[in-house]
Amino acid sequence: MDFIQNFPFFSILLSLGSGVLTSIMSKKAARIWNTFVLIAVSAMSAVLFFYMLVVKTPFVFMMGHFPAPWGNEIRAGVLEAGMALFFCIIMFLSMKGGEKHIDEEVEETKINLFYIMINLLLSSLLALIYTNDLFTAYVFVEINTLSACGLIMITQHGRTIEAAMRYMIMSSLGSGLLLMGLCILYDITGHLLMSNIKESVAYVYAQGTYNVPLIASIGMICVGLAIKSALYPFHTWLPDAYGYSTVSSAAILSSLVSKGYIFLLIKIFYRVVGFGIIVDSKIVNIFFAFGLLGMIMGSVNAILEKDIRRMVAFSSVAQIGYIYMGFGLGSTFGVVASIFHILSHAATKSLLFIASAGLTDVSDGSRKFEDLVGSGYRNPVAGLAFSIGACSMVGIPMFSGFISKLLFAQAAVQNNLVKLLPTLICLAISTVLNAIYFMRTVICIYTPANVMRYKHLKSAVGRNVKDYPVYTLSLVLLIMLNMALGCCSQPIVNWIMSGLDMFG
Amino acid sequence: MSRLLSEQEYRKTKAFKIKRWYRGEKDPYLGTVELKPQTPFQEDVETAKQRTHDEAMVRRMIYDIEHNKKLAVFRRLYRIVSVFFVFVLLGILLYIVSYLPPTGNAANPDNNEVAAKYIEDGMKDTGAVNIVTGMILDYRAFDTLGESNVLFTATCAVFILLRLDAKSKKKEEEENDRLYEPKNDVIVQKVAFFLVPMIIIFGIYVILNGHLSPGGGFSGGAIIGSALILYVNAFGFQKIERFFTQKTYKWICFAALLFYCLAKTYSFYCGAHHLETGIPLGTPGAILSSGLILPLNICVGLVVACTMYAFYAMFRKGGF
Repeated sequence: MDFIQNFPFFSILLSLGSGVLTSIMSKKAARIWNTFVLIAVSAMSAVLFFYMLVVKTPFVFMMGHFPAPWGNEIRAGVLEAGMALFFCIIMFLSMKGGEKHIDEEVEETKINLFYIMINLLLSSLLALIYTNDLFTAYVFVEINTLSACGLIMITQHGRTIEAAMRYMIMSSLGSGLLLMGLCILYDITGHLLMSNIKESVAYVYAQGTYNVPLIASIGMICVGLAIKSALYPFHTWLPDAYGYSTVSSAAILSSLVSKGYIFLLIKIFYRVVGFGIIVDSKIVNIFFAFGLLGMIMGSVNAILEKDIRRMVAFSSVAQIGYIYMGFGLGSTFGVVASIFHILSHAATKSLLFIASAGLTDVSDGSRKFEDLVGSGYRNPVAGLAFSIGACSMVGIPMFSGFISKLLFAQAAVQNNLVKLLPTLICLAISTVLNAIYFMRTVICIYTPANVMRYKHLKSAVGRNVKDYPVYTLSLVLLIMLNMALGCCSQPIVNWIMSGLDMFG
Repeated sequence: MSRLLSEQEYRKTKAFKIKRWYRGEKDPYLGTVELKPQTPFQEDVETAKQRTHDEAMVRRMIYDIEHNKKLAVFRRLYRIVSVFFVFVLLGILLYIVSYLPPTGNAANPDNNEVAAKYIEDGMKDTGAVNIVTGMILDYRAFDTLGESNVLFTATCAVFILLRLDAKSKKKEEEENDRLYEPKNDVIVQKVAFFLVPMIIIFGIYVILNGHLSPGGGFSGGAIIGSALILYVNAFGFQKIERFFTQKTYKWICFAALLFYCLAKTYSFYCGAHHLETGIPLGTPGAILSSGLILPLNICVGLVVACTMYAFYAMFRKGGF
């Protein structure tokens, strides 16, 4: 066994242990340690990713002395390693971009609790990515939910507490459905390990003895995870949670937490039930319908919004709709497009959140559009970053959003006419709607404002490149990541394809 | 009567008093405890005004159904829809259950090699007589590691929500707490005096015998936590702060979870590389047996006990 094969295990345990370790640290030590953990885990994931690209065969890692069906195990393939790397990078950049806001908005004595939550969230995301066991996945889904709740309410604000409450209720419903689905699946297959369940499910499905419970458990798992990742009708907690929590939390929640659940769902599709049975069960059609609905309604809500952070949050609803629409196409190419959109949305949404925080800072802290007029001149880097994020969301070539829309359209063209037409029409409508609200915002921030109104800000809290090097650097890196996704998409698509093959 | 003490000295001892009470010669409460009627609750004008004002405000802003037609319709609709939803879900679940394999049937899919190995080899592999403990702390230890971190995450989330760190707020809350605290209730104190040590000893027993009999860290920890809560209810926060403060909580949780993480990292690493851990399993049935399970049970127990108490303290006054 190569030493590199230990890395998934090391990264999960390192982040889990550092959650505990952070509880006795001061706020400064906690931050340094968190940075170290994120860098270490990113480095390990990067090494593992390149190792997997060379080796090309997935491996399992035994967690303990007992082999698979009796003990726990984790599994790493090229897709898992790449996802872990990507999630770590996004988390690192979001943390660095919002560092100053954490200090300002979070109560002094609770900052180390915030870092505990970040470490635990990282460990749960990694465990969701690497797990090969459904019950382990459930346990870490719980950690993920609870720490996300903590991240939402770390800024003690009426709206965030209300949002956390809603999130808790919706998430509990989702977890409950997920757990019931897993129980039924266990009852008819007798296993919790993904590969064993897949064999039993194929057998049970061929026999046709337990088809009703099988379909029901697929339905429960899918709906449970869809609720947790805020698919359209279950999105009500989302705008307040993303709009009023501190900016790092918002960026991490929108780009990573909901994506963790979606990645688990993809794993369940390919490694637990088998994609053929999923398509046969018609659950994909439900995803398709709600995905399309989410794409349109999320954008409509975003257009009606007058608060920049809430607008970006509603745009997340639309993007989650895209991802589920990709599943709904019922072909592997659709799933590839969805995975690419997970990456593209994660890179873009964190960029947008961090940039919008920069813009509101130079507008007296107000998030209303009328106060944001001209903020693009007052904070040039944030303005540029927001414009690039907006272009990417709308789908301008060169940026990542364009590629994901292209992939969705390609996947749709390979489908039959019943799904082809609605997909293309909704993509077109959604693009126009996206353009309406994002271009309105970009025009707004680049409209010259009355100079007198913000004069006092220029001297007092004028944010420029030199004063906030970390903020600027993280924005620049996110822009570069976004452009990299947009310009060199083919290797990434190949990587996703080979990763899905390895799931097999 | 006593053979060792003189009559006068004997009259002073507890034994004599208990004997006298037992014979019915004297009721210890007679003449020492006074029964008083409760003083009726009196509110001063300012707070009463404020209260009625607040209530009216809340009713007007939120619950004024007479004038807020939208809310009234929504509420009615919400009730109907939720009841409908629950019944539909119930129906679906019952329908599914009727298709599930019958309970206890030997041919069920879940009666497979997994369960068979747990039952047959459990004692040999883990050294624990209690198969369930062997399963959760050795076969599937990674899940349990996650589970105890769920508890830790939950306490951190409650801390974020409820912990009061500002000095002024904390003081105010403590003064409020005095209002609700039973002021040295003799009955509760006497009962707690006898019960708390027994509950704690029982909890320790359940934790230490986790690998031998039903129980373990989670249940034993919950028992100890309930003892701590009873203690604080009887004697108040000042008494418990002599041995259990926020600092104690922090260090106990930290030490227990860190030990858990490190121990399991070591054992996972050894397991994955097919190395011997060098931890003896001992003879099954002895108290010092089953390798890491006993210390891990103690760790889980400590974490659970602290978590239970921390939840209580947080909800009561936002701090220890």
